[in-house]
Amino acid sequence: MAASSRAQVLDLYRAMLRESKRFSSYNYRTYAVRRIRDAFRENKNVKDPVEIQTLVNKAKRDLEVIRRQMDSRSVAQAGVHNLSSLQPVPPRFKQFSYLSLLISWDYRRPPSHLANFCIFSRDGVSLY
Amino acid sequence: HRILTYYTVNLLKLNFNANPIGVDDVKNEKQKKKISRFYLDSQATTMIDPRVFDKMIPYMTYVYGNSHSRNHFFGWESENAVEEARENIIRLINGKNNKEIIFTSGATESNNLAIIGICTYYNNINKNKNHIITSQIEHKCILQSCRYLQTKGFEVTYLKPNQKGIIELEDIKKNIKPNTILASFIFVNNEIGVIQDIKNIGKMCKENQILFHTDASQAIGKVPIDVQEMNIDLMSISAHKIYGPKGIGALFIKRKKPNIRLNAMMHGGGQERGMRSGTLPTHLIVGLGEAIQLCSREMERDNKKLIFFFNYVKQYLSKNLDYIIFNGCQINRYHGNLNISFLFVEGESLLMSLNDIALSSGSACTSNTLEPSYVLRSIGVSEDIAHTSIRIGFNRFTTFFEVQKLCVDLVNSVKRLRSISPLYEMELEKNNSSSDTLQFVWT
Repeated sequence: MAASSRAQVLDLYRAMLRESKRFSSYNYRTYAVRRIRDAFRENKNVKDPVEIQTLVNKAKRDLEVIRRQMDSRSVAQAGVHNLSSLQPVPPRFKQFSYLSLLISWDYRRPPSHLANFCIFSRDGVSLY
Repeated sequence: HRILTYYTVNLLKLNFNANPIGVDDVKNEKQKKKISRFYLDSQATTMIDPRVFDKMIPYMTYVYGNSHSRNHFFGWESENAVEEARENIIRLINGKNNKEIIFTSGATESNNLAIIGICTYYNNINKNKNHIITSQIEHKCILQSCRYLQTKGFEVTYLKPNQKGIIELEDIKKNIKPNTILASFIFVNNEIGVIQDIKNIGKMCKENQILFHTDASQAIGKVPIDVQEMNIDLMSISAHKIYGPKGIGALFIKRKKPNIRLNAMMHGGGQERGMRSGTLPTHLIVGLGEAIQLCSREMERDNKKLIFFFNYVKQYLSKNLDYIIFNGCQINRYHGNLNISFLFVEGESLLMSLNDIALSSGSACTSNTLEPSYVLRSIGVSEDIAHTSIRIGFNRFTTFFEVQKLCVDLVNSVKRLRSISPLYEMELEKNNSSSDTLQFVWT
């Protein structure tokens, strides 16, 4: 059990770092990487299984937060394209239509899978 | 390519890959070469923390009920979110009751509501009560609110700070009168970063039974605030200075005996206990609440980094430049704010030469004139030196790389501008000769 927990934690750590490095904003990207490294370092000596599980659950929620930022950035870019030009939406952005793909943000329960969340934003890329 | 090489060479000299002890930063930031803009004007506003934005998203889409709709689930879930945000704020400042928080559109509205709302209410009850004490270094919204009240017959005392930017307690004590209603002093000054002695000011106000208001928009979430210990009766809060959304703030009104009452400035549906009518923007309030909660967790970590950056910049600039002045008290301060005067270099010109770094100058352009900062003038900085000031604002997301680049660029720009400055040339000549030099008058 201890071995799988360690592997789980390491996988989570790598996943969080990997996702954080996808932020296009330099400041968000570097902050996320620093913060994740610090948080895992601070808690590396925790032995209590209950506390470990609590921390792991929190880290999973934070990972979902980071992934949602990536998805919302993609649609924000599509939104900027739609608003700024009269040309048809490129095929790869058609799936990010607000009306057809506003799914899976079920705030009433914790997300058990990657939440594909899409929003429009006028600010687009400049948000990050 | 030449510019990139230039930066790389200079940064290598600084050993920019070194990871300073005690400061969280990443080595080998591979993306740094793609950076073209640096934001170091954090006193103006801050970027939204992604965690705050994530928390706001449901309340811009699925949770759209009016928090004052009492008859259905949509309203109840919005109301719960608003109350949770109130709870977060109260917990951070050690308030006693959620009802002490009134949401507004920002710190400007909160300041107006506190100053004008409070003073007009108590003046209506007792016409003799018409005196307000404040300082010359308050935010513009406080000063303009006081000026507005002066046109309505109120008496306002604007206290002058000392050269460090601190309001002396003796000055406050001397100016408290039987007809004083309210004293208002900014917690952390937005221009020079100085922290006032709020605890003792609050104690003095309590002893003299006058209400104490503080503009904490630059302080909340950055320095510890305890409204009970500091005897703060009213406090203005802003979200966008603490990595929250723009357009939302709050006013803390302490519940005590006798109750603090004020005249509302926004009339309508009676929201916020009649003190500020208008439908609450649930998503913005949630953003403010989450920003506050993050600040309570990250304050110590952020401050540790900011202190390091503050000291690093001071040491670097002091070592590589002469004729520089660090404005404001260097001890009782918020270390995310650094105000520096570079003599013989005009502040606006320096900002133009640092075109990829966002900073702020100590002066404000008004029509055809260039006015020096009134805050710097109040602390005794002469007009010509006030024109040479710039303000640097670090934030949670600032990296050591950005700070190092700022230092290198500042030194190079100042040296370049001084090389074409006749004033600097004259100063050097003066040092080399014994004769007096001509004095220039800016205006």
